[in-house]
Amino acid sequence: MSALLPLTVTGAEARRRGKTLVGPVDLTMDGPGTTVVIGPNGSGKTTLLSLLHGTARLSRGTITWNCPLEQARAAQAFVFQRPVMLRRNVRDNIAYPLQLRGTRRPEARAQADQWAERIGLGDMLDRSAGALSGGEQQKLALARALILKPELLFLDEPCAALDGRSMREIETILANAKAEGTKLVLATHDMGQARRMADDVLFLLHGRVHEARPAPEFFAGPDTAEARAFLKGDIVE
Amino acid sequence: MRKLILALALLALSTAAQAGETLRMAVTTSFHNSGLAEVLLPRIKADLDLDVQLLVVGTGQALRLGRAGDVDAILVHSRAAEEAFVTEGYGTHRREIMYNDFVLVGPSDDPARISGSADAVAALRAIASNATTFVSRGDDSGTHKKELRLWQGAGLAPEDFERWYRSVGAGMGAALNAAAGMDAYILADRASWLNFGNKAGLALLFAGDPELFNQYAYLPVNPDRHPHVQAAQAGRLEAWLVSPVAQALIDGYQIGGETLFVFNATP
Amino acid sequence: MLDVWNGLAAAFWLVVRLDPDLIEITLRSLQVTLTALVIASLIALPLAALLAVRRFRWRRAVIAVLNALMGLPPVVVGLVVYILLSRSGPFGVFGLLFTPTAMIIAQVIIIVPLIASIAHQSLRELWTDYHDLLISLNVTQRQKMQTLLWDARRALLTAALAGFGRAIGEVGAIMIVGGNIDHVTRVLTTAIALETGRGDFALALGLGFVLIALAVTVNLVIHGLGRTEREGRW
Repeated sequence: MSALLPLTVTGAEARRRGKTLVGPVDLTMDGPGTTVVIGPNGSGKTTLLSLLHGTARLSRGTITWNCPLEQARAAQAFVFQRPVMLRRNVRDNIAYPLQLRGTRRPEARAQADQWAERIGLGDMLDRSAGALSGGEQQKLALARALILKPELLFLDEPCAALDGRSMREIETILANAKAEGTKLVLATHDMGQARRMADDVLFLLHGRVHEARPAPEFFAGPDTAEARAFLKGDIVE
Repeated sequence: MRKLILALALLALSTAAQAGETLRMAVTTSFHNSGLAEVLLPRIKADLDLDVQLLVVGTGQALRLGRAGDVDAILVHSRAAEEAFVTEGYGTHRREIMYNDFVLVGPSDDPARISGSADAVAALRAIASNATTFVSRGDDSGTHKKELRLWQGAGLAPEDFERWYRSVGAGMGAALNAAAGMDAYILADRASWLNFGNKAGLALLFAGDPELFNQYAYLPVNPDRHPHVQAAQAGRLEAWLVSPVAQALIDGYQIGGETLFVFNATP
Repeated sequence: MLDVWNGLAAAFWLVVRLDPDLIEITLRSLQVTLTALVIASLIALPLAALLAVRRFRWRRAVIAVLNALMGLPPVVVGLVVYILLSRSGPFGVFGLLFTPTAMIIAQVIIIVPLIASIAHQSLRELWTDYHDLLISLNVTQRQKMQTLLWDARRALLTAALAGFGRAIGEVGAIMIVGGNIDHVTRVLTTAIALETGRGDFALALGLGFVLIALAVTVNLVIHGLGRTEREGRW
C-alpha cells in the first residue's frame, strides 16, 4: 500500500559552517513497523530525522522516495521533542493541518474532536493549548500529526521530558498508529522505550549509521563494540 | 474579530458627501482672525448657493497656492506681490475690496514711549533706539512685508538688529501669543488684535497713520493657466463682494463697538 | 493654571451642549483616522508578516528603514504629499488636495512604518515559535503569513492602536494637505491649532481634552471588543 517507501539514501551529508553534522549516510528504509534511531547525544539523531523529512538542508548526496518529492512530503509528519503549540485552543490546533490542506472548517473541527477524544483530550477542546501540561501538549502534537493519516511519522525524542504515565499513553497511541499501517521513525535515548517499540534499530555514532539491524538481533548482541558499550550504559565517544 | 474589522471599515467608509457648488479661496490669517468671514460666508451661501472653502494661510503661501492652481481665488493684502501675481499671468486681475489698518501693540507701560509718536516710522525708531523686544512675524506674510517696508521707511534694516528683534516665523495669532509671552512690541492688524483672546500685559499703543492702512484685494486665479479652476464661480463671488450687500456687511462689522473694515471697492 | 480649569470647563460645556461643530469635527477626526488606520493596517500587517517569514537580500535594510521611518516628521510627510497632490504636481489631476482623502493619504504614510515595525516585532517572535512546525507541515508562504497574522492578532491590535494614537493626534501633515477648511477638512487637532492661534486657549484646551477622551474611549472600546472575542474563542 505504501507509495512512499522504500526510501533510498545515498551519501547524504548535512554540513553547517564547514562542520559535518551527519553523514555520509547510506541506508534503505522500507515499511512497515517502527525504526528506532539510537545513539549518544550529538550523534546526529535529530539532524538525520530532519534530513529525511526534508526540513534540514542536504549538503551532499541524495534522498529518494518511491514517489515524487512533493507527494512524499505530504505523506509525512513530524513530532518534535518540544511540541510547538499554536496560540489557539486544542480543537483548532488539531484541526490546523486539515485546514491547510483545504478541508472546510466544520469538517476539520469535527475530525479534530474525534482525535481529541481518542487521545484523551476530549474534555479540553476549548482550552488554550499553551495552558496544557507537557504530556497533554505532546499528545496534542501527536493527534495533529496523525490527523493527516501520514504514511510515515518521524518522532524526535517525543517523551524526553515526560512522566511515566504520559509516556505510556503516547506509546499506546503510537502502537495504534502502527497497527493502522503508519511507519514510525523514532529517535530516543531511552533504551527501555527503544526495546519496547523497535522493529529495526539504527545506531548512530559521529553522524554515521554505525549499525543497522532488526531489533531482536541488535538487542541480543550488537556487532560493534561501541553499540555493545552503549547498550551497557557506558559513555561512548 | 471579523465583526470588529467590519464595523471599523463601515465607519471609516461612511464618507460625508459634499453637495452644491464650492469654491476654494486662500485668505490671510489676519482676515480670518477678524471673524468677518463668519459673517460673509453664510450670506454668500444664501445669496449665491456657493460654499466658499477658506484656506487660512499667510499671504506668501496664499499666492503660492494660487500659482499652483490649488485654489480658485485669493483674498490677500500685499500690493506689490499681488501685482506681480497678475503680471506673471497667474491671476486675471486685482480687485480692491476693503481695507483695515495695522496697529502697533506693546507692553501697556510702553517703555519705548511710542504712544505719542508723530507717525509709524517714528514709533519704530523709538523701539529700535530703546532696543526693547520686538516680535516680527517673519513668515513672508502681508503683515510681515508691511513691517519690513516700515523699517525701510525708518532707514533701518532688521538684519542689523540685535537680539531684541525676534523673528518668530509664525501666523498672526501665534506671533501675538509670542509677544504676550515676551512682553514685546509687535505690528498686528487691528482685527486680529481685537479678536485675540490672550492679550496678557499688551495694549494697543499706536494707530491711525495712513501708512498703516491695509488694503485687501481679491484675485481670481487665471483659468488660462489652470483650466480646472472655478472661474465662473470666482466671477460670481467677485460680483457679490463689490455689491451693496457686501458693503453693508463689511462696513457694519464691529468688534467691541469698533469698526474694523472700510469697504472701498469701485463698482 | 487658570487656563487649564477654563479648558476643562470649556470641554465640559462643549460636550454637554452637544455642540454641533464639535460633533462634526470629532466625527471627521474619527472618519479620517479610522480610514487611514484600516488602509495602513491592510498594507503594514502583510508587509510585517512577509518580513518575518521571507528571507531576501534587502530584508534587514527594509526593516532598518521601517524602524527609522517610525520617527518620520509629519510635517515633511505633509509637505511631500502636498507637492504630489498639488494641481501643479504629478497627481494634481485627481484634485485631491484639501480633501479628507489627502489627509487620509498623509496619515497612512505616517503610520504604516509604525504599525509595520511593531507588528514585525511580535510576528518575528511568533515565527520563531512556529518555525519548525510550519516548515514540517510544508505550508505555503501565504499560509505562513495567514497563520502568523491570525495567531498574533492580539499583538497586532496593539500595533494598530499605536498607529491610531499617532494618527488621531497628528496635526502637522493634515494641516498642510487638508488646509483646515471649516466643514470640509477641519478636525480636532487642526481646530486646536487654529484656536491656539487666535489666543483662545480655553477653547483650544477644551478641544484638546475632547481629543484625549476620544482617544482613550476608542482604545477602551477596541480592547473591550478584543477581550469579548478572546473569551469566546481562545
